[in-house]
Amino acid sequence: MTDAVIQPTGRPAGGPVVELVDVSKVFGGSAGRVEALSAIDLSIASGEFVSLIGPSGCGKSTLLRIVGDLIPASDGTVTVNGKPARDARLDRDYGMVFQAPVLFDWRTVQKNVELPLEILRRPKTEREAKARAMLELVELGSFGDHRPWQLSGGMQQRVAIARALALDPAILLMDEPFGALDEMTRERMNLELLRIWDRTGTTVIFVTHSIPEAVFLSTRVVVMSARPGRITDVIEIDLPRDRNVETREMDRYFELVTRVREALRSGDGGSADPAAADRVRAEGLSA
Amino acid sequence: MSVAVTTPSGRSAAARLGTGLRDWVPAGAVLLGFLVVWQLVVSIFQIKQFILPGPIAIAQAWQEDLPALWAATTYTLSEIITGLLLGVSAGLLVGVLTARFATARESLMPFAIAANSVPILAFAPVFNNWFGVANPLSKAMVAAVLCFFPVMINTVRGLTSVQPAALELMRSYAAGQLEVFRRVRVPNALPFIFTALRLSTTLATIGAIVGEYFAAPRSSLGQYIATASGFLNFERSWAAIVFAAAIGIGLYVLVVALERLVMPWYGSRDEAT
Repeated sequence: MTDAVIQPTGRPAGGPVVELVDVSKVFGGSAGRVEALSAIDLSIASGEFVSLIGPSGCGKSTLLRIVGDLIPASDGTVTVNGKPARDARLDRDYGMVFQAPVLFDWRTVQKNVELPLEILRRPKTEREAKARAMLELVELGSFGDHRPWQLSGGMQQRVAIARALALDPAILLMDEPFGALDEMTRERMNLELLRIWDRTGTTVIFVTHSIPEAVFLSTRVVVMSARPGRITDVIEIDLPRDRNVETREMDRYFELVTRVREALRSGDGGSADPAAADRVRAEGLSA
Repeated sequence: MSVAVTTPSGRSAAARLGTGLRDWVPAGAVLLGFLVVWQLVVSIFQIKQFILPGPIAIAQAWQEDLPALWAATTYTLSEIITGLLLGVSAGLLVGVLTARFATARESLMPFAIAANSVPILAFAPVFNNWFGVANPLSKAMVAAVLCFFPVMINTVRGLTSVQPAALELMRSYAAGQLEVFRRVRVPNALPFIFTALRLSTTLATIGAIVGEYFAAPRSSLGQYIATASGFLNFERSWAAIVFAAAIGIGLYVLVVALERLVMPWYGSRDEAT
């Protein structure tokens, strides 16, 4: 009863992998205090694909970073895999993918994927085999000896995904990973990501600006609004699990896109009227 | 970003050397043409020897006085190399420490950047006084101080100008400070450091030779040039200048070669873009 984000029945079973309770984040000192996130409650089950969507400044990237323990929350508790986020990070439960691929020019593609395994001091043969398998998974098996700058933007981002998966993370955190790609590449990458998600069964938290992308990929879309950043709605995406190019032409897909768009719009005005925000929460509960 | 996926990374060393040599052909042709034009201008317009000797006259002077020239060159070269080693290692060391500690960075960097603009050559007579005119260390120290600031500043910049996302990535792997330093900061700093090293070879050469102009043993390039010019023996001055230029260029080429060895990815990246 604490929030609008209670796991509804009918979703595949699995305990919560991520549990946020009353999380808030305040940036700056007393003078320039900015409330980036306020009263965030969110529970994500194992194997879910959850998108965070909202206008710039709604704190969706901040929320992702708090889950990944890249920055601390100001208040509230973040539990990942049943332990504090910090312990989860120290246990290497996360794979991160950023908007920029963040590949190192001084390493080959293969060596870039091996990086996390090197940090964990895994033996050479294991590192090489794992990195090769991950590159196969993102269909770049023959590009191991290339340098990152020799690949296109979409391919670079696939290498970043391969690297993020190299440690078999329980959770994949993705911060607008396809934001810098053109529309065609982006749609191809979406399909690719769904295939990888299907194969690995990892839980994904995905930050995006794009409504169609969020609907196409997710099992749930978390709609956020700004000043202060908060969750205004959570929309269940009940499209069939095996999604493909035709999914984007289904009536239900368009309905859900419209639904997310409206949620974003009402979230914008919500800040002036607390009652409206409550209504939105209630709606989220019944959805 | 949208570079085509054509160039394989593993080009053979021999092929690269071949391309390297071919790269030098146009430059060599220009040099040869320049020498020919120089000689022609001097001969045709009968330019006085004390204004500009021709390349042939310089080559003759070079040949006549080779033992003395060679002795002066090796003396000065040892000063330059001592200065480079001292200045570069001190610059690297202080740079690493400054980059590591934020307070050191904030308090030292403004002074380093200001000191980098100070005409350090003006201190050459003072250094002669401190270390002794006859002591090669007096010139080596001028060279060292000249090299120190660019190396230090670029080391700090290289180590600290890492993409924030790269640091977040390393944090998500729970990588320690040493891992971040070794695997991200140092490789990121290498291009910055090599830029400073290239500059240092030139600065050290200038520092040592100009330092010698003020006062130095007879058998040094600076004094050789000053004395020969004093006796209006300009072919000899020019012959010594050729040696000085060879030192400067030679050290520069050495650093470029080292750079290709240490960061093979860097040069070929430029080729690809």
